Amino acid sequence: MNLLKRELAPITTDAWKQIDDEALRVLKLHLAGRKLVDFSGPHGWELGGVNTGRLNHIERGPGEKVGHAIRDVRPLVELRSPFMLAILELDCAARGASDLDLDAVIAAAERVARAEDSAIFHGLKAGNISGIIGSSPHPPIIVESSLEWPRAVSSAKEVLRLAGVNGPYALALGVEAYNELIADGDDGYPLRHRIEEGLVDGSLVWAPALKQGAVLLSMRGGDFELTVGQDMSIGYAAHDRTEVELYMTESFTFRVLEEKAAILLQRTTAPTLDSTK
Amino acid sequence: MSGESYQEPGELLSEETKNLHRAIVSLKEELDAIDWYQQRAEACTDGELRAVLVHNKNEEIEHAMMILEWLRRHSPEFAANIETYLDSSGPITQVETLKNAESGAESKGFASASLDIGSLKGLKK
Repeated sequence: MNLLKRELAPITTDAWKQIDDEALRVLKLHLAGRKLVDFSGPHGWELGGVNTGRLNHIERGPGEKVGHAIRDVRPLVELRSPFMLAILELDCAARGASDLDLDAVIAAAERVARAEDSAIFHGLKAGNISGIIGSSPHPPIIVESSLEWPRAVSSAKEVLRLAGVNGPYALALGVEAYNELIADGDDGYPLRHRIEEGLVDGSLVWAPALKQGAVLLSMRGGDFELTVGQDMSIGYAAHDRTEVELYMTESFTFRVLEEKAAILLQRTTAPTLDSTK
Repeated sequence: MSGESYQEPGELLSEETKNLHRAIVSLKEELDAIDWYQQRAEACTDGELRAVLVHNKNEEIEHAMMILEWLRRHSPEFAANIETYLDSSGPITQVETLKNAESGAESKGFASASLDIGSLKGLKK
């Protein structure tokens, strides 16, 4: 048995498959950062940290003419989101049901995907993770109306170019920004197509964890790295006569290797901006 | 010539089987050489010559492993057994049983590993 302890759950093989398949579907839809950044792993539960190759706290001591320094490592963060499922419902899979009620799986997958992406875009202080937005040295490009998106993306691309960051470029979009871009422009032509055709040679990625608008970043590689120990998994926690408690988990850390490779496009007046929080 | 040691008429054998035969004969020759060098080195009374013989024996081990790797790449059966036994731990006679037990657990949905998402870079939407 491994750390997930799945063997202990009163769940049939058929039900496990539906749970895993549903989680995988939702995670692939919601995970935005993984569509944009370099990926290292999975390295397994045993990986506890990532070596940065750097030193911290270079000081004198502890003895005369003896200095010391502390190796800088990035510890992996373990995410864990519990959810409950009804055993009676899960047992229906063995009787041929292919439409189990897996809303709790969907919700957990959304939560964990949101947490991973939030760390990638906004950082996670407790986990010593600096996000893409907070690390960028470029002043944000302000987007005051939905019609300004093409101009803003063009300006952002120029900022990256001038900083020596070449493409291809991708645009990660928060929910509101994405909705604005799929809407029609003044001439009835969707803004999204205008941006895809002329400005972004990578891709437009729906990123519900992104809170402040959109981020333009380079996809050339070597700028952002997601390191995963245990990749997204579902484990068993406990059960009683009617319900089983499972959890979705992973271990990861994220590093920005080239801060200049991304820029925030900040939407200032979108009325529904807070809904992603 | 490895062709002299065919057990069946050469015209009945495919090129694939002939190449496999060449590799197996070569592997046998390398293993024989390792065995002989080992014995000669142990019996040798001259220290310098012994060092040369041990060096040669180690070279033959390298040659043998190169041929074994060729066999692994060209024979799925070799590959499967190499994966099972090489770099394993525990009693060698139980390695296969333990591996089968693990894969059995996985096929029952206990999947030791993750949802196996990995990188999605380049995937749109």
